Amino acid sequence: MINLETPDYLKNLTSGIHNLAKTVLRPISRKYDEEEHSYPKELDMFRGMQILGRPKKKKKDDETKQEGDGKPKKGINLSTVAVIEEMCWGDAGLLLSIPNAGLGNAAIAAVATDEQMERFGKMWAAMAITEPGAGSDSGAITTTAVLDGDEWVLNGEKIFVTCADRCDCVVVWATVDKKAGKAGIKSFVVEKGRPGFRLEHLEHKLGIRASDTGTFVLDNCRIPKDNILGSPEVKTGTEGFKGVMKTFDNTRPLVAAMATGIARAAVDYLREKIEESGIKLDYSKNPNNVSSIEKEFYLMEAHLEAMRLLTWRAAWMADNEQFNNTEASMSKAKAGRWATLITQKTCELLGPLGFTRDELPEKWMRDSKIMDIFEGTGQIQHLIVARNILELSSKELK
Amino acid sequence: MISFMPSEEQSVMKETLAKLVQNTIKDNAHDMDEKRIIPQEFIAKFRELGTVQSPIPEEYGGFGLAASPIMNTIILEELAAGDMGYAIACTLPSIFINPILECGTDKQKEKYLPALASGECEATLAINEMHFKFDAASPKTTAEKKGGKYILNGEKCYVPLADVAKYFLVAARCENENCLFIVEGGTPGLVIGEREKNLGLNTLSTYKVTFSSCEIPEENKLCGAEGYDRLLQKTRIAMSALGTGVSRASFEYARNYAKERVQFGEPIAHRQAIAFMIAEMAYEVDAMRLMTWKAASALEAGRDAKRESYLAKLYAGEMTMKITDYGVQILGGHGYIREHPVERYYRNGRCIACLEGLAIV
Repeated sequence: MINLETPDYLKNLTSGIHNLAKTVLRPISRKYDEEEHSYPKELDMFRGMQILGRPKKKKKDDETKQEGDGKPKKGINLSTVAVIEEMCWGDAGLLLSIPNAGLGNAAIAAVATDEQMERFGKMWAAMAITEPGAGSDSGAITTTAVLDGDEWVLNGEKIFVTCADRCDCVVVWATVDKKAGKAGIKSFVVEKGRPGFRLEHLEHKLGIRASDTGTFVLDNCRIPKDNILGSPEVKTGTEGFKGVMKTFDNTRPLVAAMATGIARAAVDYLREKIEESGIKLDYSKNPNNVSSIEKEFYLMEAHLEAMRLLTWRAAWMADNEQFNNTEASMSKAKAGRWATLITQKTCELLGPLGFTRDELPEKWMRDSKIMDIFEGTGQIQHLIVARNILELSSKELK
Repeated sequence: MISFMPSEEQSVMKETLAKLVQNTIKDNAHDMDEKRIIPQEFIAKFRELGTVQSPIPEEYGGFGLAASPIMNTIILEELAAGDMGYAIACTLPSIFINPILECGTDKQKEKYLPALASGECEATLAINEMHFKFDAASPKTTAEKKGGKYILNGEKCYVPLADVAKYFLVAARCENENCLFIVEGGTPGLVIGEREKNLGLNTLSTYKVTFSSCEIPEENKLCGAEGYDRLLQKTRIAMSALGTGVSRASFEYARNYAKERVQFGEPIAHRQAIAFMIAEMAYEVDAMRLMTWKAASALEAGRDAKRESYLAKLYAGEMTMKITDYGVQILGGHGYIREHPVERYYRNGRCIACLEGLAIV
């Protein structure tokens, strides 16, 4: 039965996280925006916090059932998006800098063997997919992995790797068989310090500056044979690749939640200013009979609510084991775009207050822009939604 | 527990209404719009389902089932996906019944509910007024208390089925407070004007209604500001449900059209310029529905939904225009021709932001 009331357990959870975001993240938000690339040591307290992935499925029966049995705990996806919104209300760049909570950790947790879990489980793992010539078209990556005796030899260049400097290892996408196309793409764990593995440089970004984004070069980089995640076998067809892409169905709502968190920070800031100025927001008057600022505010709040509801729906579906490919992309398409529009509008309405680095709104405007770009640009999300609802293949709708 | 999935009962209602719309107005909606009429039997078909009477207590001839705002949004969306005028006409008695159930005295319930439960008469709401900067939160129509009576003065417009309505719920200011009054058809001073000619909702007959020193007994006051506020919340949620329905209809028609319409050797749906518009329509229809459900969930939980209902209607007003515009645009020149329903959806959709109080949850 349809019921969109926020459950009490979520309210309790988010109010706790909100407090953390307010007292731990907000006070250092500006500092690490200005000191790009320096490690926010204050985040050590969060090391290993489960944010982007769930515990891996354990094989042994005698393992404790509450943790790591691979089954989603009650509403894990929903509570995760709710937590992420709160954290990003605090600071999105800092959320991305939480130790040992990288996308690579999520990838490892999802498919690693017990032995691999033993070796990599305690590491901070970054994720390296994008290449200079392969952005949205992740099937076109050219980094290669060739088996040479007991070692894989990797060659290529990986860009836009989050946590590039701080991580202990990187999950690298590479092809073991270019002719096999997408089916030949596998992921490998490359530890820092492996010969031929070099952090080339860190990027200087528009926003989320607290997060260290970098470029890696793999130059005849050698790693042990069992650093491959999943099977080395190249199957015919694209099922394997589709499986990898399916993980995006889980991560896209998380990005949508990040977008929602930043947009809410802006909306909350604006509300405070509006109320300080003596205007009472009463949600009853004809929206065309109030001041322009009030109407704009109401509209932003409405869009914010829409962003959150689309995100929660996608997460809720994942929790209930419903296929949510369309809904995950819908949430990111909407939230990514509107976080940008809401934070831009907030700065506009704030006037001089919206342009100064003494205040945070200008930062949120910069931070939010990435939400319409990473984990698939808004255009890619529209493409996915359109293909699904028009029932068109990627050949028919390019 | 939070859930985005309809219950079995909710799904069955949705399917039943989809079938009803399919079997009644679907192929006739164009003609109905041109002739500005809804065949009475089509309304009767809906009323047979008993959803209007359902919340009326058994002692007054209803089924005594708890009112469900969420179920009502599902009903309104489904009917409006067929024709918005039809959705309003079908559910109109509820706009009188629900406030009586919520705020009415036993005497008022006894007096008005049995006739409405048996379906022998119509009732309506007079809230909109034809003047610049109209605001439902501060009506210009007045009620003055004078010796055991209220005297109503003012002009209302877009009053659905005012020609046949036996009872009118009237929004008026009284002693600096928003109030609702019950006026019976035929009361001296209540003047029903000519049928209005509107941009859309052509299937629904609406009227200007004038109150000139219209005297009603004291006991015909239904409620003050609190009940009035609840009415606004419930009608705003209903308006967003109507917007969701008409937007969905436009989206579905444009989607199907884009898959069939061939230009430059392939369906236009194969072009990103079109496909992206359709994707946006899809998620905005969903967003509108979720906002509607969110507000209705608050009511269902017995909470105040002032903020949620206000935002839902604001969103639906904006988005219905955007989506129904896209619907016309995707069909290009054909979208401008009245044989395709998207032009009608575009006209009908305009009412969500312009008007208040055409339906209730």
